[in-house]
This record gives sequence, structure tokens and C-alpha cells, in this order.
Amino acid sequence: MSVANPPAPALQLRGVTKTFDGPTPVHALRDVDLIVEQGELVAIAGPSGSGKSTLLNVIGTLDRPTTGSVEIEGSDAAKLSDRELAGLRSQRIGFVFQHFNLLGGMSATDNVATGMLYQGRRAAERRREARTVLGRVGLGHRLDAKPATLSGGERQRVAIARALVGDPALVLADEPTGNLDSSTSEEIIDLLLGLNAEGTTILVITHDNELAGRMPRQVRVRDGRVAA
Amino acid sequence: MKGRMRSHVNAVDQIATGTHGLRARRGRTLLTALGIAIGIASMVSVLGISSSSRAELVAELNALGTNLLAVQPGSNTFGETVQMPEAAPDMIRRIGPVESAGSLTKINTSARRNEHIPTTNGQGLDVVAVEPDLFVTVGAKPAVGRTIDDSTEELPVVVLGSVAAERLGIRSLADGPRVFISNRWFDVVGILEPLALNPDIDRSVMMGYPAAVRELGIKPAATQIYVRTDQDRVEAVRAVLGRTASPGAPNEVQVSRPSDALEARTKVDQNLQNLLLGLGGVALLVGGVGIANVMVISVLERRTEIGVRRALGATRRHIRIQFVLESSLLSALGGALGVALGIGVTIAYANSQGWLIDIPPLGVGGGVAASLLIGAIAGLYPAAKAARLDPADAVRPM
Repeated sequence: MSVANPPAPALQLRGVTKTFDGPTPVHALRDVDLIVEQGELVAIAGPSGSGKSTLLNVIGTLDRPTTGSVEIEGSDAAKLSDRELAGLRSQRIGFVFQHFNLLGGMSATDNVATGMLYQGRRAAERRREARTVLGRVGLGHRLDAKPATLSGGERQRVAIARALVGDPALVLADEPTGNLDSSTSEEIIDLLLGLNAEGTTILVITHDNELAGRMPRQVRVRDGRVAA
Repeated sequence: MKGRMRSHVNAVDQIATGTHGLRARRGRTLLTALGIAIGIASMVSVLGISSSSRAELVAELNALGTNLLAVQPGSNTFGETVQMPEAAPDMIRRIGPVESAGSLTKINTSARRNEHIPTTNGQGLDVVAVEPDLFVTVGAKPAVGRTIDDSTEELPVVVLGSVAAERLGIRSLADGPRVFISNRWFDVVGILEPLALNPDIDRSVMMGYPAAVRELGIKPAATQIYVRTDQDRVEAVRAVLGRTASPGAPNEVQVSRPSDALEARTKVDQNLQNLLLGLGGVALLVGGVGIANVMVISVLERRTEIGVRRALGATRRHIRIQFVLESSLLSALGGALGVALGIGVTIAYANSQGWLIDIPPLGVGGGVAASLLIGAIAGLYPAAKAARLDPADAVRPM
């Protein structure tokens, strides 16, 4: 499983299906194939109910596919134990949630440092990294602010910093502008574009076609199927 | 990708994470901890107060000595109260290990402040004739004035026990107080300090035997003889006292040990202490249930936090440990508060009683340990609930 030449894609889905059991089984994903190379910025777009949230959970290894394989940097998530999956999430995947989901009562720095908590790194080291990344997202002046005192745009920057810290292979952003006004949305889009230009692989999941259109590559999801 | 990754949190961070929920909701933390605090405080103060009280009793017993015996006439086979031979005190004094002995004889009359008070109003006081040796034997010391001694036992004077003096309203000898006994005035020449082992002497108005025989015409048969023995030979002396005091009818004499009553008090306290400890235990149980409740609510409220932590790489086990730790720390906080409170109550109460302060380390250590344990148990169910949450559901708003 060495890093060969050419490098393994950041993400590769092969024949992924996800079926939710019930009185009438729901086929949320049907035979999805997808490759995201390292350094790409990809929008996964689709209306609500199209299966894109399920796709996000499967890519983020929060949920396992019913069939098919999910590889992060060439490593098959299906072959990992729960503990190894958690390790994979802690080191190789960064999440940005629509509702920011920062931890209240904790400073911006500590929130970002929590992004490396489950890597077993020491607190001082995590805080140092967190401060650096907060600087990268333009929040070097609000290091000690609590989430409650931050604006929506600032909170989303903290959330992005939390996903970035520890240098993951893949950043998953779920409707990153869904809760922001248009000018703040613009800033966040510019930030994502800038981070991608610096080399970060980013997947943006959105129902917003305009936002998707701003991304270099778009993947459309409809009825659980992907049309590249 | 290099090798396999394991999610891992170092111990310091795990504990810090366990305090996160507590720090974020201080008011709730304090109120929840209060339940445990009350339980622990009541247990620590019950243990502290009873052990302080026992320390006081033990100190008192050591000071008074447990080598004092009391002999008094019992009843014969017909149920009649018998009299002890007049020679009994002298006979007892001849027993080797007896250090001193002193007799007293109750006189069937009353002591009054003046002749206008009816004789029926004796105020629960005894008029007794005493040997001068009695004071040495029971360790009675005058608070003011003197005791009955060789030079005063012939005179129409009395010495008052502490309770007797109080009830007669005599506090000093300054204005030459007198008491009226059987149509005759007796001068008060002394008031005794209170005696822990001899409340009967505290309630007595005492005069010498010669005076009692001359002025009141009593028969000098002792109704009580106190015996101080060699500390190591108490039981041996006790065994022969009956025969010595009344050789003709040894079983008509009762021998007792006044310090036994004091020792019994520590055992009576034990029952009360157990009851109070039980109540403290109930308070702890209620506190523990309170913690479990608050933790369950907390888990419901913090679905998103749990989901985020799982997305950031926490395993189910990390989540479980976080909530068990949080619950334990919450309870231990209550326990520490309770120990401090319990020690405070013990010190305040012991001071108010003038006791020695004795705080049992077992109670303090046990209190904190018990609260930790209760917290851990109370946290098990909520933590399991938190760990079971599906991360994919938990990160989405409900």
C-alpha cells in the first residue's frame, strides 16, 4: 500500500450502493463510481433527496456502503475496523458542516485543536497547529473568541480550520454556504478556492447550482446515481 | 498511506474532554453536584461528630478512670431492702488492691432554703451523710470552699453537689448561705465541681456522719460505698466486694461500675450513627439518580457534539469514556464539596460542644471514593446511549 507513481487518487468509489432496509427498501445510492484526484476541488450537486447526503456519509466513512468499495488514498475503508475507520477520519478526512457545529464554551483555537484531538497529539502541539491554520483562514485575530461571539462567516472559517488542521487527504464540506448571506458566502467560496490553490483536496456537497458552477469540476447526483 | 491508523487520545486530553461539558454548563454542574454534596456532607459530618463525641468520651473516661466501683445494698429473698453492716466500709478498705473507699448514707429528709418552704418540696435533692474519704475516692473537688473533712465532720455544716447548689440557688459562700434541714440550720461550707460518673453526688447535700448522727439521729449504715481500686485489679476486687461488705449475705449486695454507663453511651450512639449514615446513603443514592438523569438529558442535548467528535475521529469507546468521566468528575466535585462541608459542620459542632475535633480519614477518603464510584455507575447508561448514536445521524440537525 505504498504511495506509488502516479499517486493514488484522494478518493475512489467503485460500484457503491446503499440500501436502507425497511418495509419499502430505499435505494439511496445505485452503483456509484467516482474518482477524485489529489488537489482537486469538486462540487457534488443535486437536489435534496437525490442521495448526496448519503454519498457524503459514505465518503466520510460515517456510514458503510451496502456493496462496493470506498478507498481513501488507496486504502479500502471496507477492510478497516471501526477503530481504524475512526483513525482514518481523525487523520485523513476533514469535515465542514452546514451548521458549523462548533463546540460551545471553547475558544476558536481549542475548537480547531479538537480536530487533532483523536490523533493523540499533545495539547500544546495541537494549539500551535490550530493557531497557524486559523491564520490561514484569516482568523489570526480571533484566536481566543468563543463561538457565541463570532459572526456566521467567522464560525464557518473556524469550522474550515478545524477540518484543515492536521493536513487531511480530503476535506468534505456539506453546504458550506447554506447558512450564510450572499456576501459572506462569497468570502467562504474564495477561501475554499484559495485553499485548493494551495493544494488541499476539497469536495463541496451542495444543492446550489450556482455554487457548484463556481467549482472547477461538478458531479451531478440524481436518484442515487452519479452523472459526471 | 503509511500503515494502519488507530484513533487515539492521550490520557490528559481524555480527562480535559471529560470536563468540557461541566465547564460549558457551570450552573447545572453545581446544582447537580449539590445532591451528592449533601449526601457526602451528611455522612462525613455524622462520622466526624460521632467520632469527635467518642474522642471526648474516651478522653473523659481516661481522665476519670474506669477503676471506680460502687457497692449498695440489694434486696433479700423476701424482696425487702436490706441494710449493709456498719463495718462494711472499713472491711472494704482492708482489701489489698483497694486504694480508697468512702461511704454515704441517704437521710430521709429534705434540704430547704428556709423554713417557709414545705418539706415536700425537696427539689429532687438528697440529704446524705458522708465519710471524708468519699471525696478522695470519687475525685470530688470543691469549686468554692471546702469538702467535709476530719475537722468539719462533727459540725452542723454541709457541702453541696453542683446540681444541689444550683437548685438551691447558692452560687457562692460570700454571704454565709445556710440550708434548713429537719428544723435546724446548717452552714454551707463548700460547693463541689460537677462529677461525670456520680450524678447522685451532684444532687446531694452532704454532711459528716458524726453531725448527722448527733443532729438528725440517723443510723450510720451505708447506702452506698464507692471504691477506688488498683487499675489492673478491678475485676478481682469486684469479685470479693460482696463477701467483704456483707459476709453473712454476700448476694444481698449490688456491685456496679459507674464508668460502664458512660461506655454504654458510646454504644447507644452507634445505633443512632448507623441510622444517620443510612439516611446519608439514601441522599447519595438520590444524588446518583439525579446525576444519571442530568447525564441522559445532556447526551440528548449534545447529539451534535457527539456526531462531530465521531466525525473528527472519536471511537465509540472514546465517547463512552468521555461521558463516564464527565459523570464521575461531576459526582467527585460534589463529593469534594460534601467533604469540605462535612468537615466544616463537624468543626462547628465540636466547637459549640467544646469537644475535641476528630475527623476520621476513612470518612473523608471514603466520601470522595464513594462519590467517584456513584458517578461512574450513574454515567454508564447515558454513556452507552451516547456511544450508540449513529454519527451520520448525529451530525445532522434534527
